[in-house]
Amino acid sequence: MEIKVLGPGCPNCHKTEEVVKMALLEAGLPAKVEKVTGMMEIASHGVMRTPAVVVDGQVKCSGKVPSLAEVLSWLGR
Amino acid sequence: MPAKIELPSAATCACQSAPPAPRSQGLGRYLLLGLPLLAAWWLLYRHLEAMAAWLTHVPLGLAEGSRLAEAVRFFLYDTPKVFMLLVLVVFGVGVVRSYFTPERTRAILAGRRESAGNLLAAGLGIVTPFCSCSAVPLFIGFVSAGVPLGVTFSFLISAPMVNEVALVLLYGLFGWKVAALYLGTGLSVAIVAGWVIGRLNLEDQTEDWVREMRMDATYEPGERLGMAARVEHGLIAVREIVGKVWPYVIAGIAVGAGIHGYVPENFMASLMGKGAWWSVPAAVLLGVPMYANAAGIIPVVQALMEKGAALGTVLAFMMSVIALSFPEMVILRKVLKPRLIAVFAGVVAVGIIIVGYLFNLVI
Repeated sequence: MEIKVLGPGCPNCHKTEEVVKMALLEAGLPAKVEKVTGMMEIASHGVMRTPAVVVDGQVKCSGKVPSLAEVLSWLGR
Repeated sequence: MPAKIELPSAATCACQSAPPAPRSQGLGRYLLLGLPLLAAWWLLYRHLEAMAAWLTHVPLGLAEGSRLAEAVRFFLYDTPKVFMLLVLVVFGVGVVRSYFTPERTRAILAGRRESAGNLLAAGLGIVTPFCSCSAVPLFIGFVSAGVPLGVTFSFLISAPMVNEVALVLLYGLFGWKVAALYLGTGLSVAIVAGWVIGRLNLEDQTEDWVREMRMDATYEPGERLGMAARVEHGLIAVREIVGKVWPYVIAGIAVGAGIHGYVPENFMASLMGKGAWWSVPAAVLLGVPMYANAAGIIPVVQALMEKGAALGTVLAFMMSVIALSFPEMVILRKVLKPRLIAVFAGVVAVGIIIVGYLFNLVI
């Protein structure tokens, strides 16, 4: 499983990364979390609002910090 | 370079916080709670002025008419007033914004002709959630989906300039007429500046990779929100926006209160009054490096106006602070070539200067 957190580095992007990491710990899943800060790559995912979370190439949310429960549901938990 | 973080496969942590319990609060509960709150809000709001005067003269024991008493009363009245208005309006706007996503706005604007498109884009700029840190992906998203460049700019100018925090502060400190003037002229600047940029045919002035980018617009946030979820949207907006601007607002009102009590009458007339022709362009120039402090600048500017600064000059200054920010231009440089940035800044600055002179002339 590959997870990307997209965002140029605003406070909400950091919060999102924290939530994603917490969800992974809770689910006990071995997954890579990649932080994407490059505008070109963020835009190539078709995202117009940051922070956004991409799980296995699929955009799961954009423009808000997701809740722990939401992230867990994307992980299939 | 994106940092890769490897996480341990199965870490156990005793102090791990429990996941938040699923919220099942219905709309009924919000209504039950919201209506009495609204009534209390209204009662309190109506008596703020009397309460501020009483606090200043009775418990604090400041003599009526003294400079310190004037400054303290001003602060004690304006601070709660602005915060009460902010909470209410930011909540309302948050609920309205849950109906508008950038994806939906893009779908409305894609393929629009100019003129009507500029008008629509400026209007949508008010209600579509926007944060300047997303200006670049939003720009690319719009342009690659076929929204004309000028129409995109109308949106990018209107979204930060005509925002609810500025409007609340203007309404609370200057009254509804100035707030309405700001709304009307802000929209006009966004519409006209976007239209002019569209006429100039500067499509080749976006960075090459932006034009080559094909957007796979697969992501459609198809969530249908219930009313309770929209109320939550509003509450989150209050927490985020009010949580961010409150120090600026308090600092601004404190400085404003100081000016109100201590700066002599008509002090600003020679500097920012109608007589000084250069004051409007100077105010616009001064506004460019100021950013994020819009919430703090409006109370200061209000106090300056009391001391003889002209309304047009003051409006021009505020618009420049909010719409022409140096950091945002640095962000936009990633997608725009320098010439287009210069044209953007120039056209908006000229628009704001015209607004400033117009008001100094008319009022």
